[in-house]
Amino acid sequence: MIEIEGLNKHYGRNHILKDICLDIREPGIYAILGPNGSGKTTLLKSIIGLVNPESGKIEVCGSSVFESHNYRSSISFLPQIARFPENLRIYELIRLIKDIRNEEADETNLLELFNLEPEMKKRLRNLSGGTRQKVNMVLGFLFDTPLIILDEPTVSLDPVALAKFKRLIAAKKKQGKIILYTTHIMSLVEEFSDEIILLLDGKIIFKGGLDNIYKESGENSIENAIASLVDTNGNGECN
Amino acid sequence: MLKFIKYSFFDLVRSYWTIIYFLFYAIVSSAILYFSADMTKSIVSIMNIVIVLIPLVSIIFGTIYYYNSREFTELLLAQPVKRSSLILGQYGGLALSLSLSFIAGLSIPFLAAGILGSEHFLDFLLILLTGTCLSFSMSAIAYMTALRHENKILGFGISLFIWFFLAVIYDGLILLLLVLFREYPTDSLAIIMTLLNPIDLSRVTIMLGLDISALMGYTGAVFLKFFGTIKGIPISILSMLIWIALPAFLMVRIANKKDF
Amino acid sequence: MSKTHTILRSERMSRTSFILLFLAVAGSIYSATLEVGVDKQYQTITAALEMAENGDSIMVNEGIYQEAPIDVKKSVVLYGINNPVLDGENEYEILRVYADSVVITGLTLKNVGISYVEDRSAIRLIKNKACKIDGNHLDKAFFGIYLEHCKNIVISNNIIQGEAKHESNSGNAIHLWYCKDIVIDGNLAEGHRDGIYLEFVDNSIVKNNTVRNNLRYGLHFMYSDIDRYLNNRFENNGAGVAVMFSKYIHMEGNVFIHNWGSSAYGLLLKEITDSEIIHNRFEQNTTGIYAEGVNRTHIHGNDFARNGWAMKILGSCADISVSGNNFLYNSFDVSTNSSRNYNSYDGNFWSENTSGYDLDRDGICDVPYRPVKLFSFMISHMQSTTILMRSLLIDLVNYAEKIAPVITPHNLIDNSPLMSRIDYDREN
Repeated sequence: MIEIEGLNKHYGRNHILKDICLDIREPGIYAILGPNGSGKTTLLKSIIGLVNPESGKIEVCGSSVFESHNYRSSISFLPQIARFPENLRIYELIRLIKDIRNEEADETNLLELFNLEPEMKKRLRNLSGGTRQKVNMVLGFLFDTPLIILDEPTVSLDPVALAKFKRLIAAKKKQGKIILYTTHIMSLVEEFSDEIILLLDGKIIFKGGLDNIYKESGENSIENAIASLVDTNGNGECN
Repeated sequence: MLKFIKYSFFDLVRSYWTIIYFLFYAIVSSAILYFSADMTKSIVSIMNIVIVLIPLVSIIFGTIYYYNSREFTELLLAQPVKRSSLILGQYGGLALSLSLSFIAGLSIPFLAAGILGSEHFLDFLLILLTGTCLSFSMSAIAYMTALRHENKILGFGISLFIWFFLAVIYDGLILLLLVLFREYPTDSLAIIMTLLNPIDLSRVTIMLGLDISALMGYTGAVFLKFFGTIKGIPISILSMLIWIALPAFLMVRIANKKDF
Repeated sequence: MSKTHTILRSERMSRTSFILLFLAVAGSIYSATLEVGVDKQYQTITAALEMAENGDSIMVNEGIYQEAPIDVKKSVVLYGINNPVLDGENEYEILRVYADSVVITGLTLKNVGISYVEDRSAIRLIKNKACKIDGNHLDKAFFGIYLEHCKNIVISNNIIQGEAKHESNSGNAIHLWYCKDIVIDGNLAEGHRDGIYLEFVDNSIVKNNTVRNNLRYGLHFMYSDIDRYLNNRFENNGAGVAVMFSKYIHMEGNVFIHNWGSSAYGLLLKEITDSEIIHNRFEQNTTGIYAEGVNRTHIHGNDFARNGWAMKILGSCADISVSGNNFLYNSFDVSTNSSRNYNSYDGNFWSENTSGYDLDRDGICDVPYRPVKLFSFMISHMQSTTILMRSLLIDLVNYAEKIAPVITPHNLIDNSPLMSRIDYDREN
């Protein structure tokens, strides 16, 4: 589904992505982890086509992302920060996104799930950060796409919404989707990642299941496992 | 692209700022009309406001709008859409809403004051037209600058500097050149310099209507001969269009290369 | 005192001339009327003139008379019925009047020959008095009506149209040289070099004329004193009126409009003293009034509207008082080439004066107003800077100069500018 080879990206002098190779074929939930500045978001954005890498190959569903924008119709994206045109109402926003994608979808279940129906006619600037994040969720899960990309999805979600979000993800997994997400919340990772992709300084230093990461690091909690992997690799890198 | 023009236009048309901008023109022009009771004076006052304010507001609005819709732009770019149509669409909606506020804000009081039958109707139309062109041109420059600079403060600063440069410094340079080369015939130099600045071009276009008596006095009425004739009018219009098309083109280029 | 006295006298003079005319016409009861026409007693005007006595009338019937030049040496009334045409065949002068008390009316005179040597004219009056030229139509005359050394003449209701293209080979519609007590009233003069030209003409009145589309000046005074021109309209001439080397000129109620061009003025004043310019309207001229070497002159109660420059007052002027005028939306109100000012500006309305306020509500702005802009100074030295007019930079420069005058005369200031326009309730 996603095939990345030899991907390089600089921001000025910073080499953000170094020869990334990644191959994701199986349905499941993939967590992209790594310290701040390790290139997580850049990697996601490269896949969506927001960032232009210098070299390498990215293919989604068999078509190169550099050639046409059509491949994006098989991707749902949930950005980290939820900010919308201030003067539109929620229903207008949903209509707009459908219009732009030229795709029909039924949002009633999602709106019900997040209790957004009463807010439908409110202007987006009048909504709280949490509500906006819920709207973001609705947009992210609105379309039936084989690939779902989530950038820090749980930030500013209240516990109830978080629970609902988890249920949604589980359902999507059951439907055989590929779900790619970044997060800093390790409990989330432990709870439902099928695979972990660990980035450090623009390189993938680990890719595998939860079992493998415990085995490789010799630790028994995910935090410690990652910390130890980062330490060993980071030292090797710097010294 | 039309979809994006539509969405950003409907978003902006309902924003407080657009409404304030509209009300500003409506109130100011009503006040001018009420207090001066003379159409000539009103037209002159409005012209001064248009020349100074439209570029400034378009620059500020354009920059703010881009930075404000930065995240949403990202969301839209993740959809199966072409970058260029999204960016041009957003810019189009912005320029359109700016122009509309200005045109409506000015037209309502002036129509009520009977501009239709006045000898200044043509001057008024000219002000509307150049004001619209200026809105399109300056907001394109602002949008382009903001796209180019991710750092808001830097982007904002550069936009404001561009305004200040075009509105004041540039004329200072013209003056300096005219003084330096006073021994030579400098008319064509002055005309070319004017064509190269959208604010000056708009100013001179309106000036042709208002200050015809003075301009006739200028030896051989050089400027009238250029800006008021078959040769000059298409060149002026073309140059104004370039001032819209060039920033728009650069905008698309920058957007296509940009990492969001 | 002496001035008003002489003006009264000139009016009385013209009244006596009317009485004389009336007597001449009344006298014709006792005198003969000679008829000229194809089937009349006389076929030519010349023939009729030969037979006429002083006091006779000559009635010229419809027809074309190509017998120029015609010399009138007797005091006759020469009048046309049904527009008889006297044709100069582009070769000659038409009527030359050597006698007093001649009346010429109802004639059409056309095609006077152009000459670079002599001033050929349709009607020439030479050294005579008490004549009247009324209601004639002059077409393509080189010079129209030409008076030399005359007194007490009325030139009224004539239409004088020419097709002048170049100053060098064109003449004036009405040309006066060394004359006194002349009335020029209700004529239309267009398409000549000067519309009305007066050289060494004293005690005369020019009123109710329309003068337009002349190459040089609408009305031109040279070395003429104690004259008045009233309620005339000067439109689209090279310059509306030029008054040069003259004194005691009274200019009232005239309209100066659309006199456009690089050296075009509504009113050009050069070496003028003790004159008055009151209640005139200057509209859309490149320069409303241009004054050079003008002394002791009142400019009062005029409207200056939408001119390029309302007034250019050069440094050679002194004791001009500018008061009670309306300055309305001119590109520049006052400009001068000198940093000194010997003239006074007081109690005018300036439409550009937007910073004024009137706390004591007496209609006079509480802050003085400086009508001279630095930019107009700049333009007069470097024309191409015109292109910067109305730019923000220029506004800033003007503002700075207004606060602290460095280049513009610091005492050129209206200490009691009016808050609102003075309504003079004019007809025109």
